[in-house]
Amino acid sequence: MSTATVQHPAPTETDDFDPRAEGQRLIKDWYAQLETANARNAAVANVFVMGNAVEILRAFDFELVFPEINSLQTGVRKASEEYIRLSEDYGMSPDVCSYVKADVGLILKENEHPAGRIPKASLAVASNMCGTFIKWAEIWERWLKTPTFVLDLPGQRAAGWQVRPGDAQHAADARWVEAQFQELIVQCERITGKRFDMDKLAEVEARVNKMVDHWNNVMALNRQCPAPFNAMLDGLTYIGIMNVHRGTEEGVEFMRRLEEHLKAKVGRGEGRVAEERFRLLFSGTPCYVSMRRLVELFETWGGVFAYSDYLTFAAGGMDATDLRYDTSRPLESLAEVTALAAQRGLSNQFFAHERLAQQIKDYAVDGVVFHGIKSCRFVSSGMADTREFINKRLDVPTLYIESDLIDPRYWSDAQIKNRVDAFFEALHQRGGGAPLARKTVATA
Amino acid sequence: MNAPVPYDHEIELSNVLERCNAAARETAIPSQDELPEGFSGTLGHFPVYFPEEIAHAAGLLPVNILGGGNKLEMKHADARMGSFVCSICRSTTELGLNGTLQGLTGFVTHPICDAAKHLAGIWSRNLPDQLAQILYLPQNVNTPGAARYIAAEYQRLRADLEKKTGRAIDDEALRNSIRSYNVNRRLLRELYRIRRDEPWKVSCTESYLLLRARTRMPCEEHNALLARALDAIRHRSLPAQDKPRVVFVGGFCEQPPLEMLEAIDEACYVVDDDILVGLRWLTEDVPETGDPIWALAESYVERSDASPVQHDARKMKEDYLMDMLKKSKADAAILTAAKFCEPGLDEQLAWSKHLDGENIPYLVLEFEEKMTSFEQMAMQVETFAESLLFALA
Repeated sequence: MSTATVQHPAPTETDDFDPRAEGQRLIKDWYAQLETANARNAAVANVFVMGNAVEILRAFDFELVFPEINSLQTGVRKASEEYIRLSEDYGMSPDVCSYVKADVGLILKENEHPAGRIPKASLAVASNMCGTFIKWAEIWERWLKTPTFVLDLPGQRAAGWQVRPGDAQHAADARWVEAQFQELIVQCERITGKRFDMDKLAEVEARVNKMVDHWNNVMALNRQCPAPFNAMLDGLTYIGIMNVHRGTEEGVEFMRRLEEHLKAKVGRGEGRVAEERFRLLFSGTPCYVSMRRLVELFETWGGVFAYSDYLTFAAGGMDATDLRYDTSRPLESLAEVTALAAQRGLSNQFFAHERLAQQIKDYAVDGVVFHGIKSCRFVSSGMADTREFINKRLDVPTLYIESDLIDPRYWSDAQIKNRVDAFFEALHQRGGGAPLARKTVATA
Repeated sequence: MNAPVPYDHEIELSNVLERCNAAARETAIPSQDELPEGFSGTLGHFPVYFPEEIAHAAGLLPVNILGGGNKLEMKHADARMGSFVCSICRSTTELGLNGTLQGLTGFVTHPICDAAKHLAGIWSRNLPDQLAQILYLPQNVNTPGAARYIAAEYQRLRADLEKKTGRAIDDEALRNSIRSYNVNRRLLRELYRIRRDEPWKVSCTESYLLLRARTRMPCEEHNALLARALDAIRHRSLPAQDKPRVVFVGGFCEQPPLEMLEAIDEACYVVDDDILVGLRWLTEDVPETGDPIWALAESYVERSDASPVQHDARKMKEDYLMDMLKKSKADAAILTAAKFCEPGLDEQLAWSKHLDGENIPYLVLEFEEKMTSFEQMAMQVETFAESLLFALA
């Protein structure tokens, strides 16, 4: 990282790409494809966004259902409360993840989702990166008799944990992950009746490599001032494609065009907000039922979320690995990258102060907004303590707000607006608030 | 010369229970001056399971950190953890921040749930001198290679403890520790056998105090106490009462208050439970010869218990609950969950649906370690017991 006056890269192609519209189209197409999956006798796998072995599943032509995305889509489409209430009537506790509850509601509604009918899965892959994934998969395992594979990924063990590709610890962890991949492959062969094709895995990996390269460049572009996109609004569309189309040609093309589009924006000196005054980092998950409103509360003050850790952990964490797949040895490499991503991009959430300290510098942010939610202990349990660390030890202003991923009953507009306004007033008192386009900012 | 006092098993048991009660209620850890002979420090570990043998062989007294119970005043943790986090994680944080656990050499937590994993981060930010870490016990124990991975993880922990204490942990020291803990395992198996076969001889509360005492004393001292207690229990001649036989589940991590267990004991015979299951996780003796680290790792995979926070394709949760009910000849189950414990609450619902299907009576209870009022719960349990007796008559 260096500190320099903003250099605007030159645009490289005619910019007729609308990432939001294209992202929505791809998601719509994906749901349409899923709707007919069972009728086509296609193999279907339920997977999560963290630690999912998608590359192997794609090599077997599984069609992928992301239950987290199904649940968040009920929130985006303002239908989540109905699904959540159904599951609570069934007996689920108010104190558990609302994504899980929306999914149980979906089962109770016989898979009728606002975006279309969700197919029955022939396999579920759940990693240990979030404890709820496993309990969630156990619901399908019991109720729907879905064969379940738990992928155990050794995470970051302690603060200051330094694992580098090829060192003894990384090699041991990767060996364990690879052993599990081999067993998963056997299970996939049994379910699909197909032989595993290593070349096909390498092809998927080559496409993922391209996607991740573009994705890393996209995120780096937001180190520019003004930031060309809002990590917690535009970014949510981007990671949707990073997940749903990971390893597909459509995914590569989307990410390529997105990078071009954002480069062009940066070239024009065009930011997400008309006059960027505050650069912020958002830590935690979105509140999908009110995300547009929440972002509006910040953008009214000229505040833009230049980065969010959600863009890393909810997209598989590969941007944090500095490692690409070696397609000449696809399976070993998949295990190595997966093991590293689990430690540097996913389970480092439990030692969040370390990466936040770095990202605050990388994205030259004026403050950190923490969004704590009961629904997600993975991001929220240590958040207040992390905030204390960032505030007191790093002297970076912070804001802590609470709502939920998709449960509208936890959104309190007036209370959140008051807190956001007070936060910006405090930032002003610290001397912030002048238009940032004239300022010197950190660039990668 | 005084005449020898005749052996009175009730007095003997009372003495043992008094010692165990004091140890079980202790949230503090022994100071450097109070450490038992042979130990140079303490290693805190969070539920569910931790291979205490490794700490024991390092000369570190294993101390199971089980939160603050219902006597702890929260002064710091409320500001450091969301209100939606379970009591045991919040009160453990409080004990770290208020200085009670300041003297630990290290603190190890596990991937049982996300809140528990965050404790390692909280520890590293606030108690940076301690060895704070997550021991990544696998959630997949079914893939060949799981034992090898666990052995590597145990070796990593062994090396970290050696570095922290400056004392090598040789294989023979580990085997000695395994031998001590094997004695403990046998004694605990016997305690639970009596609970199943002659539940009128020892209550769930007494059994719990006897078990929990190990969280604050060396295994060898605990073995001596257990041996005395078991001898006294065997000699007890209490009459069997007309109480239903129940299994208690939901105590695998956060601990139900003693008053809650006492209320259940009043109305039922608790013939099996999962309370502190981590302290008796390995269900058979660990091999005392060969590579001791491998012996511990392989035992974890092949001869271990079950809990809602361990996925194992061989142990479906309904199956092991049904197994507990069957082996203990229980009439019903008490399905509990700690408030805000996501895995526990998920499991409680799944179990209740299963027992509905099996036509087995159950009572659902939610508890919190910090709860102080038990009248309503006692009434629920009493009503449940009466309905069972009526149905069984």
